[in-house]
Amino acid sequence: MIEVTDLSFTVGGAQILAPTTLTLPAGQITALIGPNGAGKSTLSRLIARVETPPPGTVRVNGRDVATTPGGLLARELAFLGQHTGLASRLRVRDLVAFGRWPHCHGRPGPADHAAIARALAEFELEPLAQRFLDTLSGGQAQRAHLAMAAAQETPWLILDEPLNNLDLAHARGLMVHLARLRDAGGSVLIVLHDLNFAAAWADHVVAMKAGAVVATGRPEAVLTGPLLSALYDTEIEVTVHGGRPLVLHHLAPA
Amino acid sequence: MGVRLWAALMAGVVLVTGLWLFQGLSGNTGFVLSLRAGKLAALALVAASVAMATVLFQTVAQNRILTPSIMGFDALYLLVQSLALATLGISGFAALPAGPKFLLETALMTGLAAVLFGTLLGRARGADIGRTILSGVILGILFRAGSVLVMRVLDPNANAVVQSVSFANFSRPSVETLLYAAALALPAMALALWLGPRLDVLALGRDRALSLGLPHRAMVLGTLALVAVLTATATALVGPIAFFGLIVAGLAQSFAPGAPHRQLLLLSVGLALIGLIGGQWAFERLLGLKATLSVVLDCGGGLLFLMLLMRGKIR
Repeated sequence: MIEVTDLSFTVGGAQILAPTTLTLPAGQITALIGPNGAGKSTLSRLIARVETPPPGTVRVNGRDVATTPGGLLARELAFLGQHTGLASRLRVRDLVAFGRWPHCHGRPGPADHAAIARALAEFELEPLAQRFLDTLSGGQAQRAHLAMAAAQETPWLILDEPLNNLDLAHARGLMVHLARLRDAGGSVLIVLHDLNFAAAWADHVVAMKAGAVVATGRPEAVLTGPLLSALYDTEIEVTVHGGRPLVLHHLAPA
Repeated sequence: MGVRLWAALMAGVVLVTGLWLFQGLSGNTGFVLSLRAGKLAALALVAASVAMATVLFQTVAQNRILTPSIMGFDALYLLVQSLALATLGISGFAALPAGPKFLLETALMTGLAAVLFGTLLGRARGADIGRTILSGVILGILFRAGSVLVMRVLDPNANAVVQSVSFANFSRPSVETLLYAAALALPAMALALWLGPRLDVLALGRDRALSLGLPHRAMVLGTLALVAVLTATATALVGPIAFFGLIVAGLAQSFAPGAPHRQLLLLSVGLALIGLIGGQWAFERLLGLKATLSVVLDCGGGLLFLMLLMRGKIR
């Protein structure tokens, strides 16, 4: 469980995140949705402690991220941000192997090699394992970064817009992977722009707007026409498909 | 990276060392050998310091064309020198024993570098390369201008003393500071090699290093301190060398792309040894000191720097 208490964030006088108190359930896929500039990335970065600690506290499985040693937290949660550019030239396998750093500190054992192989297989990277990252397409590179986060094999996985650059097959493949992690007891926080991925795969949805959480709950409770229309300031129709909401955001209102 | 590359590197280092020590040996061999060995040790320490400082700095800066000297590290050393001269006066400055003077200057420089570059490079937001380069270049100009200002204020005799330490001189390395420099630089190098795997994680960038549990800020400051110590060592022994580090670090990168830091550090040290000892041997013994190595190094390195910038391949 992740408990966020009175967390706020201000940059240069602009409040990115209003004081927020929030609980993210363990063992579920939580989708974070909202328009541009809603504070989704900031919230996920604060939880993953890559943003300097502001006022407020974040507890991951009971541990305060501001005071817990980084090495310990790195075995509790893995984070993949939006900006994945690398300064160094790396092969795909070497990048994925870095996911094992919190466990082996640069000296991988058999368990680590097995985890690396699993992650490479999971994201269909075996044919690309020896390629340099800068020779890959955007989507292939994104899969390599996802595999690195997956190889960390932490109870919590926090992904900021991981569907960027992924084609539809690999986007669905990622959600299948996350659902499998959830079924094995893992917990996921995922920032999503495509509402239908949230509708189809999430167990819990958190909607944000202008730095504040405006709604939380089951997908069918949050992903409703009136709520989404107000959230995005544009009229959005929602129907039902296979027992789950289907958001018709791409259609102009009749 | 192949065994053959390492073998070639070892052979190259052995060859230039042998040439330096034994080529044209005549007369009082014992005396000549000890003279040559002293200079060899100084040159080797400079080569290794510059190479490691550059690789370490490029990792902290997340950039493959920046070097400590482009960012003004050695200008900072000169500024500290001229400030010491200005406050102590020429006799006081000359009376300072070489060892303690070196240690004091290095400590001062390490502190300044940590404050200036630590705030610049360890930030959460806006760790953008453009601003880092620009601030570094401006800081470098500030330090250089500062020492020029101090030199203008000083009398011509003191000015000459500062001048003598402001230009790289490979022919007369200051052997008296060698022991103190080695006592600082060798542990720093050992520490850098020991930190190798952590440097690999640091090279992934701030966000990833933090997510993987690396104490990022401590690591950045520690690495900058190592860079400061190594740059101070090289500058104290022969004076500022602008582009040599860029050449060896760039070559090491292209010989072994994606290699972990331990290999990268050793490879660039090997290349630096071959380049500096071999180059100085050629200029001293073959060309009879008709040209100076530092000029050729700066010229060649400058061209390489421009080429890297224009190709835009190395970021």
